[in-house]
Parts: sequence; structure tokens; C-alpha cells
Amino acid sequence: MLLALSFIAASPLSAATLAERAAPCLGCHGEKGTSEMENTPSLGAQQPAYALIQLFMFREKLRIFDPMNEMAKDFTDDDLRIFSDYLATLPKPAPLADAGDPTRMASARTLTQQFRCDSCHNADFSGRDNIPRIANQREDYLAKTLREYKDNSRHGYDATMADVMQPITEAQIVELAYFLARVR
Amino acid sequence: MKIDAPARQALLAGAFLSAFTLAAAAQQPAPAAPAPAPAAAPALPPGSPLIGRPDGAAAAKLAPVAPPPIAAAADKLPVAKLKLPPGFNIEVYAAGMANARSLREGDKGTVFVGSRLVDKVYAVVNKDGKRQVKVLASGLYRPNGLAFKDGTLYIAELSKISKIEKVEDVLDNPPKPTVIYDDLPKDEAHGWKFIGIGPDNKLYVPVGQPGNSVLHDDAHGQIRRMNLDGSGAEVVVRGMRNTVGFDWNPENKQMYFTDNGRDWVSETVPEDELNRVSKDGENFGAPYCLQGNILDPEFGWGKSCADYTAPIGLLGAHTAALGMRFYTGKMFPAAYKNAIFIARHGSWNKSQKLGGDVVVAKLNRDGTVKSIEPFITGFLNDNTYSGRPVDVLPMKDGSLLVSDDWNGAVYRVTYGKPKVAEGK
Repeated sequence: MLLALSFIAASPLSAATLAERAAPCLGCHGEKGTSEMENTPSLGAQQPAYALIQLFMFREKLRIFDPMNEMAKDFTDDDLRIFSDYLATLPKPAPLADAGDPTRMASARTLTQQFRCDSCHNADFSGRDNIPRIANQREDYLAKTLREYKDNSRHGYDATMADVMQPITEAQIVELAYFLARVR
Repeated sequence: MKIDAPARQALLAGAFLSAFTLAAAAQQPAPAAPAPAPAAAPALPPGSPLIGRPDGAAAAKLAPVAPPPIAAAADKLPVAKLKLPPGFNIEVYAAGMANARSLREGDKGTVFVGSRLVDKVYAVVNKDGKRQVKVLASGLYRPNGLAFKDGTLYIAELSKISKIEKVEDVLDNPPKPTVIYDDLPKDEAHGWKFIGIGPDNKLYVPVGQPGNSVLHDDAHGQIRRMNLDGSGAEVVVRGMRNTVGFDWNPENKQMYFTDNGRDWVSETVPEDELNRVSKDGENFGAPYCLQGNILDPEFGWGKSCADYTAPIGLLGAHTAALGMRFYTGKMFPAAYKNAIFIARHGSWNKSQKLGGDVVVAKLNRDGTVKSIEPFITGFLNDNTYSGRPVDVLPMKDGSLLVSDDWNGAVYRVTYGKPKVAEGK
């Protein structure tokens, strides 16, 4: 079994074997780009440069989450690139059916302007390059990630998110996650 | 084509760069007003890292630029694009070191390379005319800073300093570094460190401002000096925002340091600084006075720039002037003797990027700046980086190494006819 896996890892990847290799990923992260698993991010249409950095960080144990560290530990540089490019081809995550309370949505949108989320993540929160898509990410994962950047338990690739999260309160994190999960 | 010297300099730099003197720096530029907060949004608290930062789509080009995580292959490095003054050559010294940053040379010719975005310190080993890259230490947290003295390598992580003794004798089986000092804040913002050992045989450790522009406590915004075992720490420089490079003038033994100016005042000011320390406890003005002559729009009220030491040179707005070293080697022409090479990592939050090069500051006899000229350019083309210099290191043989964290590589600059191989 191990031999077979390493053989697949070393061979040029056809679309079929790539889909096979990606199947375990999508088991948790959602087959159509939208995750249905608690605290597990949707990866559809994620920015490939961002996904590459995260996969690299999992492989190098710069970002710690045991299942992902285990998954990525034997990846070659090319594997990292292939998977990050592949994720970008999946459909972008679907917004929640619940469009959200209009008052909360409006005041949270003001927060995203105040905190300049849109100046890096784009006005539609689709991200670009090394800056992730956060539109319609899972609400629980968004709130968890913002908290982890704020207390620095999740180490960013650089210090940007740790820095910009400093003035943002817990109550504001809840509102930001509510808004971004539902933004249309 | 014939062009005059200043025009050539401007062409080389990809933008203007000229000599600055105290007199030039003393001219007060037009005051820069902070960008008004958007009408819809409530005011940001004082010291927020977001003050002055524009919002909306137009600001997207001002977002941070992150380097690719995977080091470039040696044959993909942008050496062919690089330009130097006549007579100088540049070649790849070592590649494949993700996020290569600070450089130090050991007594036996090993080159040590720190990193910031990965967890590694690398050793480039020179043996029998061949160079080999080894991982000397891993599992470190933002191990940007390195210093070397009497066989011992000192490593600065985000919030601790450690050492490996007789490091060049244990390259094949290095022990874990031993911590000598960890009384340091843990802030991410400006937490990574450059370190150095002065002619007084003391270790110098900076603690940056914990954010873009903040009124901070007594443990930040300073350079500390301590014994090589981590004892006796004291503050020698205050009002420092974030230095990522310093060295000592071989003539007068004074410490010179680069300091990065704050963001979000404007695209054109403040400029990064080259500073000179002439007495213990000197204050360089941050966060109250910027570049020696601009009172900070938030924190400068009631303050006077006259109360702080002004920079001796200005290095361009947002250029991220990082590693700097005095050149004491014999390979380069006499005009470079005791000049300072400075790596400018390059701007991010500026519409037309500036920096991404190595400049050389030549000094007057009294240690002030005579001129600042481009030395290596060509990493920045069409407003896009193909490499970003972080540190410079004059080697014992007189050549100059330059690290590039974008590509995870180190280049070597020589003067004179290129040699195929070193004849020793």
C-alpha cells in the first residue's frame, strides 16, 4: 500500500489520478468546493498562491493541524503546486441559504470597511494572489481563524493578520464571520 | 547612447535616489495629512495599524506582497537581469534555501543564512571547492537574525536568542541551539530580529515597535546591548521603529543602523532612515518624529523633532532598507573602502514600487553621508519583483554576498575579470 502510494506520488499525474488523490481531501473539505464539516474550510476557487503557501506550511509544520501535517508531509514541491492549482478549479463555495439579518449585514459591512478587509481581500472578498478568498467561507471556520490570528495561536506566513487583528474585538469577530459567510 | 551620471543613476535605480545630507533632510517637506476616515466607518482607535490605510478596490494594489514559499531553482534565478557598476560581476552563490535572509560568515568559511517565514537556519559549506547547502537548525520560530564570534553562532528567533558553540565543527550533526536570552516581547509585528556583535564584544538585539505606529511600553522601540551570555542587558537606542540591519563604522567604531519608516502617512514620506549612534541612550524619534523632520500626524502633537537625533541619510519612502554592512575588503576599488552597502527589500504599499535593490552609501571623513548610489538594480521591473534583497555580507576574500528571500538564494558580487573558480 505504501509502495503503491509513493509510486502514484512519483508518477506524472493525469486528471484521473489527481481526482483520485484529491478524494480524501474533498471528503472533509467538500466535493463541490463547499465544506459541510464543522470548522473545516471550504476550498473551492481558493486563490492558488494562498493555497500553495498553506500546503507548504502544513508540510513544513509551520502551521500545525495534525491531519493536514500528516497528509502533506510527503508532498513534493510539484505536489503542492498541483493541489493548490486543482483547488482553484473547484466551484466557489455557495453562500448560506439564509441571507442574514439586514441590520447585522449592513453594520458588519461597515466593519469590513473600517478594518480595511476589502483593501487586501478585494471588495467582493474573493482574494487574490497570496490573499485568500474569504467570501462564503464557513462561519465557524472564519470566527475560529480570526480568533487564532488575534491570539497568534495560528501563525500566519507573515505578520499581517496578527497585526491587523489587534484592535478587533471578540464581538466584532462574530459579526465579521456572520457577514462573510453570507455576503452576496 | 551617452547619458550623464545623474541620469544614469536614475535609470539604474528605476526611480530617483540621490545623496542626502543633514542640510537636505532639514528642509521641511509639505506636511502630509492623514487620509480621512471613510464617512461610513467610525474612527479607528489611536495607534490602530489601520489608520491612514485606504479602503476599497483602489487600495488593493497596496496589499502586502508575499514571496513564493518554495525556493527558486538555481537556473531560474534572475541574475541575467541584474545590473551593477562597470567592472563588477554577479553570480549565484547558493540556491534552494527557502526565504534566505540574514547572512554571517564563520571563521572557517561557512556562510550561515537565517530565515523569517520558515523555521530554518542554513549553512552553506565550502569544502574542496564545492558548495553544499545544509539545514543547520529547524523548528525555530522566525529565525531571522544571526551573529558569529569566536566559533559560536548566535541565532535570534522572534522572542529568544540562542547559540551553537564551535558550530563549524558540528555542521554534520549540530546540537539544538542553547537559549541565552529570552526576556523579549512576543509580538508578531516587527518581532523578527537582526542581531550583531559590536567592537565592544557585546551582542546588540533590537525590539521593534509592535505595529505600524504605536505608543508602546518601555520594552519596545529600542536596541538592547548585552554580554555574549545574555547577561547585563541594557537599552542603548530608543525611538527606533524597526531596524533590520546594523553595523559598526571601522573608522570611528560608531554603530550605524537602518530603520524602516512608518506606513500610511503618504506614498512619498516618511523615508527609511540611515542612523548613526553617537551616545548611549540616544533617541531617534519614533513614533513622534519621522525621518528627522516630520512630526507624526497622530503622535507628534506637542513634540519637536529637535529633541531627537535626525538620520544621517534617507533611503526612500517604504523601500524597506534592511541589511547593511561596512565594506572593509580589498577586492573592490578604493572608492568603496569603508562605504556602507545597504539592501533595500523594496516597497509594498506604494503605487510605484521603490527599492528592491542594493545601494552604496559613501561617507565623509566625519562619518556623515557623502552620497547614496545604486549598486545592484534589476530585481524590480514593470512594478513587479523578480527578487528582493535582504542582507549583504562582505566576505573575507573581498567579495560581497547578497541574500534574496523572494527566491531563497544568495548571490556573490566580485570585481575584476570573472574567475572561473577560486584558485585556492
